[in-house]
Amino acid sequence: MRTRCSIPEKTLQEMMRRMLRIRLFEERASDIRVEAKLPGVLHNCIGQEAAIVGACMALRADDFLTGNHRSHGHPIGKGVSLAPLMAELFGKRTGVCRGKGGSMHLADFSAGSLGESGIVGSLMPVAVGAGLSARLRGTDQVCLCFFGDGAANCGPFHESLNLAAIWKLPVVFLCENNGYAIHTPQAQTTAVADIAQRAQGYGMQGEVVDGQDVLAVHDRVVHAVARARDGSGPALIEAKTYRYCEHSEFGEPADPPPYRNEQEIAFWRARDPIELFLGRLEAWGALTREAFAAMKAAVRAEVDAAVAFARQSPAPEPQALWEDVFI
Amino acid sequence: MAEMTYAEAAKQAIVEEMRRNRRVFVLGQDVQTGAYAEVLPEFGPERIRNTPICEAGFYGAGIGAALTGMRPVIEAAFSTFCYSAMDQIVNQAAKSRYMFGGQASVPLVIRAFVAYTVAFAAHHSDRPWGLFAQVPGLKIIVPTTPYDVKGLLISAIRDGNPVLCFDDLTLASMRGDVPEGEYTIPIGLADVKRVGSDVTVVAVGGAVHRALHAARMLEGDGVSAEVVDIRSVAPLDRRTILTSVAKTGRLIVVDPAPGTCSVASEVAATVAEQAFTRLKAPVVRLTAPDIPVPFSPNLERLMFPTGEDIVRAARELIH
Repeated sequence: MRTRCSIPEKTLQEMMRRMLRIRLFEERASDIRVEAKLPGVLHNCIGQEAAIVGACMALRADDFLTGNHRSHGHPIGKGVSLAPLMAELFGKRTGVCRGKGGSMHLADFSAGSLGESGIVGSLMPVAVGAGLSARLRGTDQVCLCFFGDGAANCGPFHESLNLAAIWKLPVVFLCENNGYAIHTPQAQTTAVADIAQRAQGYGMQGEVVDGQDVLAVHDRVVHAVARARDGSGPALIEAKTYRYCEHSEFGEPADPPPYRNEQEIAFWRARDPIELFLGRLEAWGALTREAFAAMKAAVRAEVDAAVAFARQSPAPEPQALWEDVFI
Repeated sequence: MAEMTYAEAAKQAIVEEMRRNRRVFVLGQDVQTGAYAEVLPEFGPERIRNTPICEAGFYGAGIGAALTGMRPVIEAAFSTFCYSAMDQIVNQAAKSRYMFGGQASVPLVIRAFVAYTVAFAAHHSDRPWGLFAQVPGLKIIVPTTPYDVKGLLISAIRDGNPVLCFDDLTLASMRGDVPEGEYTIPIGLADVKRVGSDVTVVAVGGAVHRALHAARMLEGDGVSAEVVDIRSVAPLDRRTILTSVAKTGRLIVVDPAPGTCSVASEVAATVAEQAFTRLKAPVVRLTAPDIPVPFSPNLERLMFPTGEDIVRAARELIH
């Protein structure tokens, strides 16, 4: 069965499932952290799931992606299994990075996820290199490079856009613009209204898309990926979205600094990407409330199983400290 | 065997590896018109890749290519330019393998000149091997002869890890015999460049040739100096150094980099920890002072340890 948006129903449902997997994974990780069971810090992306999933689902299995510090959602968006991600948050031996990376450094090379970075903007040039490598190896792989509005003011953003453009590389730059660089609003850090405007200065296409609308994001990224794949070069897509959570979660929960107001939060909460999408799928008859509830229960069970796996997994052996410095 | 310069031997290593392995490519500023102009028709602009002046960008592109199956060689020009890509080198190239639990490998070579004693002043004259030795996950080589640079660079290109190769520009026109075709010198092995019995002189980069010069002068005094070329700063070949000091009982370390927390310090500390009882005299470090490199040749020449400094230090140790 096909819907009026021409995407197969199964694909639409999978989009919803991946958005739920991100949200429930992070909600659970947050709860567990508060119970003081998780070491370190979390940067959650709840509220931004449509931008992530819409973009990731435009990729082929052998395509690459790079993330940032707020990046649990990126490998999940690409469809990786949750248990090794959760075990990584626990710092366990069975973690996707064997407990060496943690929340800010998830990577699953088997799914083309080339890593995430605690340094803002730092992986953007690396994404360019993955695109260059695809060219030099003679494949038609594409690299999807996630970054935030904060990274758009770092040098590597500008250097990366320029390199990808002059070399016409298959890289799609996907800005998750959640409005804040930590606690500082975009208006204080960026003289242009849209990060996408900057694409023009590098000779590439740039466009703004509603980041709460998974299908809108998907449509534009599918287009950009297709162009990148056929050799037409990179693109910059800016998804306007919102971060429900605080910049990071560390230590005892505390009141955030008063940097955003209730009206703003209410405005974005009313445009929740999962609710928006659910409303549309319901209207199209592509997903009933009951089927949604069942999907959510199944995802919750998957998250439960991931947590159980993480809890039961052994800590890394002391010997692991010394392993993997060099190949 | 063919006689050639250090610079020619280095290029030969890279060009031969490019012929053997299509995954090897070069990127950097002006590579098409500079050192690789004559092989541009053979390899084309995709593999001899000119870059804009954007170190963070093109180092990162090299790292991304390395993470996904390529073997890039970055021509970095001056070592100080690496600082503009410090995040890429330190946070991405060096740490990715460890941080991602062994999933990643970054088979990347970065070649950078160290140019000193040529009045390039402070922004072009650093010898930063010790600075980068503080970064676990990097290998660091400092070849000192045409023979060594070819063998070490072939090893570096075949290595699965990021390798920084510092080319001491004072050696670029130095000539020596180099075998035709492929051979490798393992990274992590020091080289005894001259055998002796009275004092060990451990040196890095161009200082190796100052040490050899000093050893010839000392020979006239009846002093037999052994010269150990560090060759690989990371991993450091402690065994060869300790074996030499166990034999001679005396150690002079010569390093043209600033002395504080330097490679010279690491060698001295290693010997103090592991061969203290074999020492007949205190360890001597001859390094640059902790000063930026000045422009005026009259000042710059005061910066770096000379052959005469080494001779003087050896005489004091022995008498």
